[in-house]
Amino acid sequence: MDIKADICVIRFAELSTKGKNKKDFVRLLRKNINEAMRGFDGVKVVGSFDRIYVYLNGADDKTVLARLQQIFGISTISLAVKVEQDIEKMTEVAVALMKRETPTTFKVVTRRADKTFPLVTDQINRALGMAILDNTAHLVDVHNPKIKVLVEVRPAEVYITVNTVQGAHGFPVGIQGKAMLLLSGGIDSPVAAYFSNKRGIELECVHFQSPPYTSIAALNKVLDLARKLTAGQSEIRVHVINFTDLQLQINHYIPESYRITIMRRMMIRIADGLAKKRKCKALITGECVGQVASQTLDSIQVISDVAVLPILRPLVMFDKNDIISVAEKIGTFDISIRPFEDCCTVFTPINPVTRPAIYKAEFYEKAFDYLPYVIECIEKSETIFVKYNEKRAEDALF
Amino acid sequence: MQSIPEIYFDYASTAPVHHEVIEATHTLLPQFYANPDSLHALGYQAGELMRISREKIASMLNVSVQTVLFTGSASESNNMAIKGYAFANQHKGKHCITTKIEHSSVLNAFRQLQEVFGFDVDYLDVDAFGKVSLDQLKMLLRKDTILVSVMAVNNEIGTIQDIGQITKIVKSHSTAALHVDFVQMLGKYRIDLHRIDLATFSAHKIGGLKGVGLLIKNPQIDLLPLISGGQQEQSLRAGTSNLLANVTFAKVLRLSLENMESNYLRVKEVYDYIRNELSLIPQLDVLSPSDGSIYILTFTYPSIPSEIMTNALSARKIYVSAHSTCTSLSAYSHVHLAIGLKEHSANGVIRLSFGGSSTLTQAQRFVEVLKEIIKNGY
Repeated sequence: MDIKADICVIRFAELSTKGKNKKDFVRLLRKNINEAMRGFDGVKVVGSFDRIYVYLNGADDKTVLARLQQIFGISTISLAVKVEQDIEKMTEVAVALMKRETPTTFKVVTRRADKTFPLVTDQINRALGMAILDNTAHLVDVHNPKIKVLVEVRPAEVYITVNTVQGAHGFPVGIQGKAMLLLSGGIDSPVAAYFSNKRGIELECVHFQSPPYTSIAALNKVLDLARKLTAGQSEIRVHVINFTDLQLQINHYIPESYRITIMRRMMIRIADGLAKKRKCKALITGECVGQVASQTLDSIQVISDVAVLPILRPLVMFDKNDIISVAEKIGTFDISIRPFEDCCTVFTPINPVTRPAIYKAEFYEKAFDYLPYVIECIEKSETIFVKYNEKRAEDALF
Repeated sequence: MQSIPEIYFDYASTAPVHHEVIEATHTLLPQFYANPDSLHALGYQAGELMRISREKIASMLNVSVQTVLFTGSASESNNMAIKGYAFANQHKGKHCITTKIEHSSVLNAFRQLQEVFGFDVDYLDVDAFGKVSLDQLKMLLRKDTILVSVMAVNNEIGTIQDIGQITKIVKSHSTAALHVDFVQMLGKYRIDLHRIDLATFSAHKIGGLKGVGLLIKNPQIDLLPLISGGQQEQSLRAGTSNLLANVTFAKVLRLSLENMESNYLRVKEVYDYIRNELSLIPQLDVLSPSDGSIYILTFTYPSIPSEIMTNALSARKIYVSAHSTCTSLSAYSHVHLAIGLKEHSANGVIRLSFGGSSTLTQAQRFVEVLKEIIKNGY
């Protein structure tokens, strides 16, 4: 018997501490789940006080489950099969569900909400347990079972759940409002995006390109990264800043060792201006202390100095290997390592200053009037809207 | 006059090109003519398509993207795997093992290693069903064995080797690399590439274009490039990339995997029907093992030589092969001799091979026609 689940039962994450905000949390989570389920025909999302139910109506349970596992704010998800109040049918379904799992240990746990059901809890446990033992390679372990077969006898129907999987945890995206992420194309910024989304921050991205010093490949790489990030936030705006003119001015007027520092300060000014225009409450970067010259504590201080909005750095204390393993998990690593020049690498000086000072940076910046360039960058930014699983022209070729 | 419908039972030689592949070529040929390695926008766009294709192929085969190498054909992949690996690793030893029923591109590559380059090659015997003996494999593995090459599904009689067991033995009894030719298994049976170092695939056997093969290569192992030149395919296979064939490979692989189960059920009907009917014909021997691939059904009817039978069928618009098309000009097939067929019987071998468009109606007509030919003698 080939069996498919009828319902996904979703439990919330991190709610216990959020007493009065619970309503907002649940409403937003439901909205996010609804958005994520839009691609599945017939799927219906229904909320209750402490659960959200996703009725599959024939949609493929494994694909829906995989998609739900990407949504922040969900603690666990169970796939449940609805059966009649009939012990034979219940047994049949339980066995079929267990056959889908690789053999391990199990235990049947019954909750008999409907006390009119003729069999008591223990009888149900035994009936299902025996059937699973006889028909599959699973073994019983009542103390530490790997799989709990949950049987919920309700008035009129019975729900059988075999496997409860972990959700993405965190908060529903958007509950904290918006922030502007500096998305470079490297390994770190997409990981910073992931952690920001997980804390409930909705993102817009800003990317700096310097054509012809950077190629279209570099921009496409960034868009591919943004596409990966739509797993957690189904729509993302990417603002592309044409940085070439300002970069050439920097190269012309600023001494080599300070170029990266000044460039980063300009990027922060632009991102800051854009963020305010887009009603973002903070800037987010993938910076990590000590990783490169521009990310020493001194540099961070000098660069942060020009920002009006707070700069959040989710990865600031991470080791590179930990960042990489998250990047691999969220599928951005393979994109990030595609070898294209970005505007940081093209103009990299041989000996960048590792301990810049604010007064020096301010002094060098007086060499040219940068403000018009900054304003132009913000005004002429181009916005690209990236959506989850968006159809593209070249899809037809594959 | 009613025209006779064509019946194509020669899928193991090549499959008809899938119409979606043909449609894709209409976009690809005029628009994406640039060299995928060119740095300008046109080149970049072409390169992007190659990259996407490679990624999709990797995910469908459940391997990482850097393992996927495009080649010009499965024969080339086999040569690249065998000679490329042998040349780059001969300092570790010069002993290789393969079987007596491999495709000619494997056997002749090994023969060359033996005769020209002084390698020592053992050829595993097979039983009457084409299966290798796992004990013999265990026995032949030596300290200096560097490479074992075994095909997953035999192209002439359809024997399915136990690649899982072979992998276990090779990995636990030696340090040799394992190469598997999966050409006749792709899109037909589930394939597990776990712990296999080198794997060969072809597009045109599943409805793709001719002129493209794949070599899946474990990144840990070294190959010596057989075609030296530019940076294409990690500098292992130089030459301007065949964008058209490489890009459409992903599409045809997806289609064939999507249709794998439904095709299987239909072909199984065809196979069972013909096999059963053949078993009722006196003097006719079915050579394909009963647990072999259902996509290949080989039999011998010694009193009518293969060539005459093929011609007689062809005249009635039924297209089949005698044995492997790649060795169609040699008198006897090495595979048939290896499974113990006497020359007398090897003379009358016919290979039927099925695919997506094979139907029970075709099967019934084939059996009718075959009986007619046997009755008339032509």
